[in-house]
Amino acid sequence: MFSGFMVNAWIVASIVAVVAGVVGFFVVLRGSAFVAHAIPNGAFAGAAGAVLIGTDAIVGLGVFSLLGALTIGLLGRRGRHDAVTALALVTMLGIGALFLSLSSEYEPAVYSLLFGEVLGISPSELAPTAVLAVVCVLTVALVYRPLMLSSVLAEVGEARGIPRFGIEIIFLLIVALATTMTVPVVGTLLIFSLMIGAPAAARSFTDRPERALLLSVALALATVWAAIALSYSTNYPVGFFVGTAGAVLYAIGRLWAAVGRRRRPATPNAAPDTTHPPERHTILT
Amino acid sequence: MSHFLSPLFQAGFFTSDAVHTALIIGTTVAVVAGALGVFTVMRGQSFAAEAFGDIGTTGGSGAFLVGVGPLPGFLIFSVLAAGAMELVGIQRGRGRDLATGIVLGAALGLAALFLYLGSTIHNTTGAAVTILFGSIFTVPTSTIPLVAVLAGIVVAILLVIHRPLLLSTISPEIATARGVPVRLLGTTYLLALATTVALCALTIGSILSTALLIGPAAAALRTTRRPGRAVLLSALLGVAAVWLGIVLAYDSYWWSAKHTSWPVSFFVVAIVFGVYLLSGVPAWRERRRTNRTTG
Repeated sequence: MFSGFMVNAWIVASIVAVVAGVVGFFVVLRGSAFVAHAIPNGAFAGAAGAVLIGTDAIVGLGVFSLLGALTIGLLGRRGRHDAVTALALVTMLGIGALFLSLSSEYEPAVYSLLFGEVLGISPSELAPTAVLAVVCVLTVALVYRPLMLSSVLAEVGEARGIPRFGIEIIFLLIVALATTMTVPVVGTLLIFSLMIGAPAAARSFTDRPERALLLSVALALATVWAAIALSYSTNYPVGFFVGTAGAVLYAIGRLWAAVGRRRRPATPNAAPDTTHPPERHTILT
Repeated sequence: MSHFLSPLFQAGFFTSDAVHTALIIGTTVAVVAGALGVFTVMRGQSFAAEAFGDIGTTGGSGAFLVGVGPLPGFLIFSVLAAGAMELVGIQRGRGRDLATGIVLGAALGLAALFLYLGSTIHNTTGAAVTILFGSIFTVPTSTIPLVAVLAGIVVAILLVIHRPLLLSTISPEIATARGVPVRLLGTTYLLALATTVALCALTIGSILSTALLIGPAAAALRTTRRPGRAVLLSALLGVAAVWLGIVLAYDSYWWSAKHTSWPVSFFVVAIVFGVYLLSGVPAWRERRRTNRTTG
């Protein structure tokens, strides 16, 4: 299980899990699950386009995830955010359908982009993935405080001079970067489950943002490791275990929060709901 | 997919059976999606509309596995998913996208499993790709009655619940105070949405399903504030986009020397996106005018 090609799978999957845990934490905090679905899925059109003109898939993925992120950000400023996200997604998919129909040799590759080939990662993919991951995590670290404040309390952030729109664009670009890096190695479906399941569960266990962020990364790592081990021994796809683990973790988190609330009904810290005002203050400290 | 017009190109556009079927199904689907889409956009549940397409595909591949037609699998999975979303908390504004995301993540995991099992048994991965991109020109004529029945069910549900649904969409508090069963309405609406997506995705593909549900409705809601008018306008825009898309896709066969026709979904999506951008123009000019007078 730890020899030969499997070593690459373990390393890459761990890198992907760290990035998904960090970026996913903000995805869940900002209620942007749709964006985390739309950008990776839409970006696949870029990969189809790259195949058509004969360049590397990662270039196409990068270009399309950036375009998607900017479209969602710019149009979402005036329109309804979720409707705009849906429109950006289907437009990219429509362009992808056009690219596919023009090249017509791509269908098996579509499957691998959707569901990923964690166990088939080549050593040459290690370096670019690691570099993009470092860039991604560094960017988050750089904008950590304003991003956190703007995600939790946008109004207070604006009063302190943190532009809501600017932060939104930066956040979308981070998602785009994470997408470019993760989709070629693990597929769009897996990255989405990782970005939602583990962070959402982590938030149910603790109210403190730093702790939740660390827990989110830990849960994402645990999910991926367990999924690879199970996939190795059962031969079922990794994506199945990651998807199921996400839902199970979230269910456990909700149960935990519900039990905690019943035991200590007076303390506001026990409430998992972010709309609850007292908890917002604990996040600020 | 690239050669779907080759058997038809000698016949003219208006004598082709495939085009007739495409026009009938496209129009029905666009009307239903346009009408329901207004509620979807107003309720901020575009993500659910998009997710049902993927979730249904899981059901479709599961049905493929046990040897049933795709529609029952699609419908059963969508209905289960609607229940799960309601359970996780789609009715709360803040957790809406998260609820959809959790359910979608689990469904996608199952899709990976079903497709893996399917490929070990039947040695094909074609089902998912076909459902994702579907082609309106390959829909068999025999599906028209089924489409009509499902469309009829959705329209009937909408006719019965549209007034209380509208109230509970705009102001859940007032609706609750007046004794409107807000949660029940929300669930009924989700079931109608799931049925509509199944109807759309299986005939025109899940890309167009989301495009027709969200695009015309979002554009209509930017032009008028009246829900009734928005429903009419949205249905009209959807039908226009589908017709124009079909004509363009049919014509695109002659555009290049290689005779590869471009997919309908590309044209319809491009038109819908363009219409949405145009619908923002009046508001944009209004803003510019007020900026000039004040500044």
